[in-house]
Amino acid sequence: MDALMNFGAGIFGGVWPAVWTLLKIILIVAPLLLCVAYLTWAERKVIGYMQVRIGPNRVGPLGLIQPIADGLKLLLKEVIVPSSSSKGIFIIAPMLAIAPALAAWAVVPFTDTLVLANIDASLLYIMAITSMGVYGVMLSGWASNSKYAFLGAMRSAAQMVSYEIAMGFSLICVLMVSNSLNLVEIVNAQDQGRFASHGLGFLSWNWLPLLPMFIVYLISGTAELNRAPFDVAEGESEIVAGFHVEYSGMAFALFFLAEYANMILVAALTSIMFLGGWLSPVGFLPDGIIWLFAKMSIILFLYLWFRATFPRYRYDQLMRLGWKVFLPICLVWLVVVGVWMMSPLTIWK
Amino acid sequence: MDFQTVVFFFLSAILIFASLRVITARNPVHAALHLILAFFTCGGIWALLQAEFLAIAIILVYVGAVMVLFLFVVMMLDINLDRIRQGFWNYLPLGAMLGILMVLEMGLVLGSKYFQVPAADAISPAGISNTKSIGALMFTDFVYPFELASIVLLVGMIAAIVLTYRGPKKSKYTNPNQQVFVKAKDRVRVLQMPVEKD
Repeated sequence: MDALMNFGAGIFGGVWPAVWTLLKIILIVAPLLLCVAYLTWAERKVIGYMQVRIGPNRVGPLGLIQPIADGLKLLLKEVIVPSSSSKGIFIIAPMLAIAPALAAWAVVPFTDTLVLANIDASLLYIMAITSMGVYGVMLSGWASNSKYAFLGAMRSAAQMVSYEIAMGFSLICVLMVSNSLNLVEIVNAQDQGRFASHGLGFLSWNWLPLLPMFIVYLISGTAELNRAPFDVAEGESEIVAGFHVEYSGMAFALFFLAEYANMILVAALTSIMFLGGWLSPVGFLPDGIIWLFAKMSIILFLYLWFRATFPRYRYDQLMRLGWKVFLPICLVWLVVVGVWMMSPLTIWK
Repeated sequence: MDFQTVVFFFLSAILIFASLRVITARNPVHAALHLILAFFTCGGIWALLQAEFLAIAIILVYVGAVMVLFLFVVMMLDINLDRIRQGFWNYLPLGAMLGILMVLEMGLVLGSKYFQVPAADAISPAGISNTKSIGALMFTDFVYPFELASIVLLVGMIAAIVLTYRGPKKSKYTNPNQQVFVKAKDRVRVLQMPVEKD
């Protein structure tokens, strides 16, 4: 590693730190986009098998080259801008959708040392950046000048604002028990406790003491992603395809990329906040990045499973779940955790 | 000129441009978008001042929540630009007077020796994050103003609900509890029919 640093500093001189950071960004984003491509493949395969179909199986063995073929096709298609749309915003909207999805990865830790920017308030940073993802959806819906797209955008905005509150409250419980806003410290805090010292680390992770918050976070995460059963923003049986109905070619592909990159991001965050990140579930196995990837895969599989299982929520049911069920649960559990932490029975020292 | 100064002037230029566009843009949605850009850039400038909590909080609260709802409303307006421009000359004297008053007040606050803000001493030692020290101050030295602010917010929230509440709706209301606990046999009845032969 030192040899590489010296070599780089020799070639680039003073700008080497900037070049090195750019290299690290590429090292995160390139595998991420590859994962996005194969997540779409996995989704079609998994849902295919759940519905007793085969899924894509023509392009390459097991259809493995299908996502590449899809990407190539979308790249070669024309981006049609509707004649009465607001052109500048129409073009900017897909970029606003994908930029937060990628920018949030800057602070996601893969192990306790492998993180691009280990900042103090990384949890706040993630919440701030991901809350901007809604603009891509809203602006695309408005700029398209189409009533279906506009309805999708309105639904999406209302839904994301509602579920962000429940999500924020569940994260508040996590940062209370971890006593930190830093994602690395949040994971390290889950490595302590009665069970962890007996080699049963998975019982010390936040999911067990904060079980209601874990469930709230998992479900609000699905809602924030506009995934089924919360996909009222797209709702192909009601409003054609919702906010991206007027988009074609690569502009459409950007929305698609953003949705899947966000899925992977929320899966990573759920693993870090509640499932111990890179920590190994049992004492005799070493910690490592492989555990994080395994936990993320399980959660991603859950999202695909949800989509194949549940019918879409009706709009009023969705709002009721966010405001009348999750919010009271969060408020009560927040007080419970606070009292628990201050009582002699506390498990967080 | 060091790097930080360059970044500061770059962000300030964007901030001034965006703020000007907020009041000059013809389309209200464009104006709202420039306001979002202004908030975002403001967050950048605060981050440059190493006030990371404030920087992230303005993006989280204003960009991520307040402006989303603002845009939500502005997008649904049916705007007739000519009607808005009609009263321009009538409102100009009042608007200009208010503007001049505000500039004067700002000048007083920034220039006068009575309003000088005492230079902030580095209260928190290095290594303790900005967020932590703000939290500690808020719940010790400034706990009464903090609670007062939260009560003002609560009153504002209740007032907004009371002002917009127009009595119970006359719509057909379905009780979600009954919907959830419905059994198949309440809805579907399977009848036995004799087989018809001919």
